[in-house]
Formats: sequence, C-alpha cells, structure tokens
Amino acid sequence: MAVQLPPGVQLSKTEDDKIMTLNVGPQHPGSGHMRLIIKVDGDRIVSCDPDPGYVHRGEEKMAEYRNYITNIPHLERPVIHDSCNILYPYVLAVEELLGIEVPERAKYVRVIASELNRFSYILYWLAIYGIFLGHSTMFMWPAGDRELAIDLLDKLTGARVTHAYFVPGGIRNDFPANFEDVCIRQVNYLEKRLKEYAAIFYDNPILISRTKDAGVLSRQDAIRLGTTGSVLRASGVDFDIRTKEPYDAYEELDVHTNVLKKGDSYDRSKIPWLDMLESCNIIKQALEKMPKSGSVRVKLKPNPKGGNEEVYKRVESGRGALGVYIVSRSKPEPYRLKLSVGSFRNLICMPYLLKGEKLGNMPAVYWGLNYWPVEADR
Amino acid sequence: MSVIAPKFRLGYFIKHLTDDIFWIIVIITLIGLPAIMIVFFFIELPVLEGELLTPFLAYTMLFHPELSIPLIDSFMNTPFFKIAAFPGFGFAVLIAGATIFVERKLLAKLQLRVGPFYCGKIEGIFQLIADGLKLVSKEIIIPAKADKPIFWAAPLLFIGTAAAFVALIPVAPGWVVADIDLGLLAVFAVIGFFPIITILSAWSANSKYPFIGGIRALYQMVSFEIPLILSLLGVVILTGTLNLSEIVVSQTNFPWIIFLPIGAIVFFITMLAELERIPFDLPEAESEIVAGWLTEFSGMMYGLVQLGSYLKLYAFAALFVVLFLGGWTGPLLIPSTPPEILTGIDAGPISVDLPGSERFIDRTLNADLVNGVIWFVLKTVGVIFFMLIPRGVFPRIRIDLILNIGWYKLIVLSFVNIFIALGLLYSGILGPGGIF
Repeated sequence: MAVQLPPGVQLSKTEDDKIMTLNVGPQHPGSGHMRLIIKVDGDRIVSCDPDPGYVHRGEEKMAEYRNYITNIPHLERPVIHDSCNILYPYVLAVEELLGIEVPERAKYVRVIASELNRFSYILYWLAIYGIFLGHSTMFMWPAGDRELAIDLLDKLTGARVTHAYFVPGGIRNDFPANFEDVCIRQVNYLEKRLKEYAAIFYDNPILISRTKDAGVLSRQDAIRLGTTGSVLRASGVDFDIRTKEPYDAYEELDVHTNVLKKGDSYDRSKIPWLDMLESCNIIKQALEKMPKSGSVRVKLKPNPKGGNEEVYKRVESGRGALGVYIVSRSKPEPYRLKLSVGSFRNLICMPYLLKGEKLGNMPAVYWGLNYWPVEADR
Repeated sequence: MSVIAPKFRLGYFIKHLTDDIFWIIVIITLIGLPAIMIVFFFIELPVLEGELLTPFLAYTMLFHPELSIPLIDSFMNTPFFKIAAFPGFGFAVLIAGATIFVERKLLAKLQLRVGPFYCGKIEGIFQLIADGLKLVSKEIIIPAKADKPIFWAAPLLFIGTAAAFVALIPVAPGWVVADIDLGLLAVFAVIGFFPIITILSAWSANSKYPFIGGIRALYQMVSFEIPLILSLLGVVILTGTLNLSEIVVSQTNFPWIIFLPIGAIVFFITMLAELERIPFDLPEAESEIVAGWLTEFSGMMYGLVQLGSYLKLYAFAALFVVLFLGGWTGPLLIPSTPPEILTGIDAGPISVDLPGSERFIDRTLNADLVNGVIWFVLKTVGVIFFMLIPRGVFPRIRIDLILNIGWYKLIVLSFVNIFIALGLLYSGILGPGGIF
C-alpha cells in the first residue's frame, strides 16, 4: 500500500477544483454490477468508494421461507457459474444438522464436480481479467475452453450452469456412462491449454510491466483486512480450507496449496492459474481413488427437520472461503441462514489498494481481487 | 462446441441468387424504368463532340470501345478522378474497408472464433455494408451541454485530415494527388493536426470520459510525434530530398529498411501509437474510460471517425512502404504491352481494330502503372497485416509506461538511426540518391 507519489499530488485532499469524481459503473464496461466512486487528481486515484448492492436479492431472507430441500435451487443463484461450490457448505451444514452420513462414492463425485466447477469459474474470471487489461485473445480463449468444462458438467448434472447437483445426503445422480474417460481426456486437454495461456498472457512482457507492483497488499494487511482465497495466498499466507480443514474426500487427496510472495495484481492473477493446474491434478487423483461402484445418495425423510442448534460450515470456493451459518429451531425451514462470501471480504481491501494508484491500474487491481459483484450482494 | 455455424451450401446459394435476380428484374421493370423515364424527361443531357449524349448513345458506346476509350482516357487524367477515385479517396476507402473486414476475420481465426459469417453468404463479406447501414440508420445523439458546432465538426475534420494524408501518398509513378517537393514535411504537418482534432472533440463533448481520453490522446500523440519525425530523418539524410516520389525512386535497387532497420522499427512503433491501436489504445481504453474520446459519438458520426482512423491506418502503412520498402518499385510482373495490341490484332479471320486505344494504353494504362500498383498494394497489405497482429497478442499498456517508452527509449533509438545514416553518408557508402 506504500505507493511512490510524484511531487504535488496530495492524497489528503478530496474536495478541490483539481479533483474529478468518476462514477465507474453501473453503466460502465469495466465495472460489473456495481459502482466505484473514484476521485482522481490527474492520473492518480485520490479515493475510491465501492458501492455494491445493485443486485441484492435477499437470498438469506428467502432461505427462511423455504425448507432445506427447496432452498437448493435459489441458493446457487449468486454465483451461477460456481454453483457447486456455493452449495457445498450449505449441503455440509444441513447434513450435520440432520445427522446424515454421506456414502463414500458421493464424496468423491462431489469433489470432482466442485473442482470442475472451480475450473470453469476461474476460466470465466480469467477471460474478464484479460479483457479488462485489453487482451482480447485472453478473453476468447478461456471463454471458448470453458465450454469443455461446462460440457462435462452438463453431462454430469444435466445443466450448463445452475446445476443444483449437491443435495443433503449425497448427490442427485451418479456418473453417466463413460464419464471417466471423457473427463480424463478433457482435463488433459485443458491442462495442455493452460501452458499456452501462460505463453501468451502470463509471460507477456507488457502484461508483466503493467501488473507488477500494481496494488501491492502486504502479508500483514492481507490478514488484517480479512481477505481470503487467491488474494490471501498471493500475499504469502498459506491458507486453503481444502488442506487446513479438509472436508469430504479432500482428507484422502493430496492437495497442494499455491502461495506467492509479492501480493501485487500479477501474483493475484497467477494464483488462480496455478489453482486450475491443481484442480486438474485433484480431479485425476479423485477419479483414480474413488470407489468404482456404490450408492451415491442417502434417502431422506420427507420434509426433514433440524434440531435446536446452530451449524457453521465453510469450504474453499473459487473466490476464497465460503461459509454458511444455519440457525435451526426444530422446524423444516432454517430460522436464520447467513452466507459469508469471499467476494465481499476481498472487496473490503479495494479502497486501500486503489488509493494513490494510477487510473490505468484500476481494472487490474479491481478484477485481480477475484470479486464477483452478485455474490457480494447476495 | 455447442453452437456450430451452418455450412455454406452451393444449392442454397444458387437458389438465393436466382431469387435475388428475379426480384431485381421485377423491381427494375415496375419501378426503375418508369422512374428513369421521368428523370430523363426533366434533365438536360450533356453534349459530347457535337452529339447529344442520349441513353442510346451511351448504350452504343458500351459496344464500341473506339467511342468510349478516349472518354475514359480523358476522365482518368482529370484531377477529379485522382482525388475521388484513384489514387485518392476511393482507392484508400477500398483498402480501409478491406482492412476492417480482414482484421475481424484474422482476429477471429486467432481467437478460435468464426468472425463475421452470415451477411453476404460467403464468410460474411457484406458485414461491412450491413454495419454501415446500421450506423447510418442510427440516431445521432448530441450531449445537451456539448459545444455543438465543434462537436459536429470533429468527425468531418478527422476524416478530412485523414484524406489529406492519403492525398500525399504516391501510389505509382506519376500517380499522386499532390506531388509536392516538401511532401514529407507536409506529412508531418498533417499528422500534427490529429491531436488538435482529438482534443477539440473531447473537450467539446463536455463529458468526463471523453475529456480524460482526449488528454491521454494528446499526451500520447505529442510524445510520439517527436520520435516519429526523427526516425524518418535518416531516410531524408540519405536521399537528400523531401519529395516522396523521389524517395521511392531512390530505392529502385535497395529499400532503405536494409540500411536503416532501427529507424523502421521506431517508425513502426510510433505508427501504432499514433493510430491508437493495441497495445497503445489508451485514449479508447474500454475498461478504464468507457470508449475514451469516442464515448459521446453516436451513429454515423462514430462511423466517420472509424472510417477516418482506418484511412489513417492505410496512409501510415503506405508511408512506411514509401519510405522504407521501396514504394511501387519491384520486379516487372506484367510486361509492357506489345505493339500488336496498340495497333490492332490481325490474325487470320480475326481482325480487331481499336482506334484510340493506342494513346490510352501508352499514356494512362501502361505497364508502369499496373506493376506499380500491384507492388504497392502487396507491400501495403503486408505492412497492414503486421499492424493488425499485435491486437491479438498484447494487452493494453499504461500511460506512464508509454510516455517512458516515447521520451527515453524511442528518441534515443531514432538518434542512433540518424547517426547510422550520417555514418553511411560520410563514409561514402551511400549518397543522396541511393545506390546506383
């Protein structure tokens, strides 16, 4: 956060004739469903005030009027392209609440679906990161290759996005015929493509000169501001819920946590790419280790009720730690449901990072935070 | 994966074609012919060599070249033809339009897409016409607080300046709209106009993003104009002239890019920056400042600016060809016309006599022109190809980095280029006029 300022630029002044206020968003090609109120002095950002809330849908309140099964389709709406991961903590919490033991095969299938979904989410994120920096090839390549991951999920779950695949007690349906072979083939191809991405994008000298030292977040600040996921790991903190608090089949899999030191926009964009390689690795491991047959779903009672208790579960999503807190009062519906999402926690550090930066660094810093506006609004 | 564009089918194509022909015939006979009759009733027909140029005479001329060739000949030597058609505006617009289409297809192939596909049956060749029609039919919205006269004038000034730039480019020996002795200086003067137009249009829109874009464009163009001018001085030192046609003639044996590669590289980079193309498209940086100084333009005003910028692209590529790649010079592709054709063919039962064609082919449509145009277009297309490629490979650069490159690196390199040119001159290897 210590930015070298040219003489004459004062960050303390925010009201002056020299200072221009820019409303970046919601009608702006580089904003997403949100607004950034940015004040610039020449090319320097004096202050940045993120203004989320344009796509608030009240998911948490809606959850109080639906029972544990009918909550599934609408809870995945905030991140429709990472829907398995946003349902994961909810399903884990409900299972603990109802006291269900999930079959072994279902655990592995969940891990595979979740990693595939993480992969397709990061490709989507990378596409937008590319176009934000003006690299149109990096927009088209991941958007095209994402189709492969989506086709796999389509085969598995029956929908391209909004899968509603995880249910309390397991998964909705088992693998379709011949899925393992197709999956291995596609994953191998995607792994090969990732190397090409690095050649055209991450090793690009212009990209490196642009994103290195843009929005540096130190290790202490990353912890202090409560960031999670790729932002935290890019600042040198070794924290991944898949290894620190392993859930489901992650206990038996060998997961490597990717950590980089610098904490600038380049590192924050490199971590998801390393995560994609790791996802390929996990999928291959899981396909090898999983039981070849068996039940994938426990039969639930109609309209199941939880006890008089509170549950908190969290998983590692594409954007960081994603937690669900459920308060149950012996009713078929949750008394209170709270989503704790990585996007909102990473958004908090945006004003600190953008203060004193150049206006040209705004897209790199903004999208490097791995932030999805709809999820932050919930 | 999921959406596959339909394949081109010859049967459907022929069916569409015959359908179209049928409707064209119907519309011409029912509407076109009566309309032409009405027009002929009112207009005055021109008099040509003592004869009234009636439609019948014009129709006869089509099948009697001896009547029409002198007409074409004299028309092709008028200044109007040079300015409007070749080598002026029409020729440049043709290449600019082709560039837009090729850019879209090329970028699509690079990015594993299809690109324009549906309009025009074959690979979307009429996409540009469809886009033009769309832009024409769109409403032109002027911001309420804009300075309206300047805002209106900006696109026209832009395309006018681009056309003035095109007018200075020699395409073939003797084929240049404005053949002036200080041609290169005139080019610098025309290039110097673009930042003024940009900042005027940006300021007159009275909006924040155009303003930032205009300021960025001003910074970028002003800081890159100096290395641009300096990088061309090497060529001027070696040729000893500023006339573009004479610079081309001096490269008959060797193009200057062999002796001045550093100057060519510097000029190429500054050219990309002047054209605001990726990686130097900061004034139009979409994710930062919406569309930069083009934000408030709508409809055909935007279309004019786009056309102007592609004309500018063609003109810069042509300037690169003229200065470094030898312009129209090149091996003879089409030999000179044999005298049989000039005087008429007499081979057995076939006997063709074309009076007037002799003078036409000798004076206007000679081998110099045809070969020159072919070589010029080939080289220009090659340069344009290299100017399009960076768009698929590089991200956008930042304003402080671009100013760094312009003021520190490129100026130093262009001075190195000047010293190389001086060294070649004073060591006696090369002199004004090139190697002979």
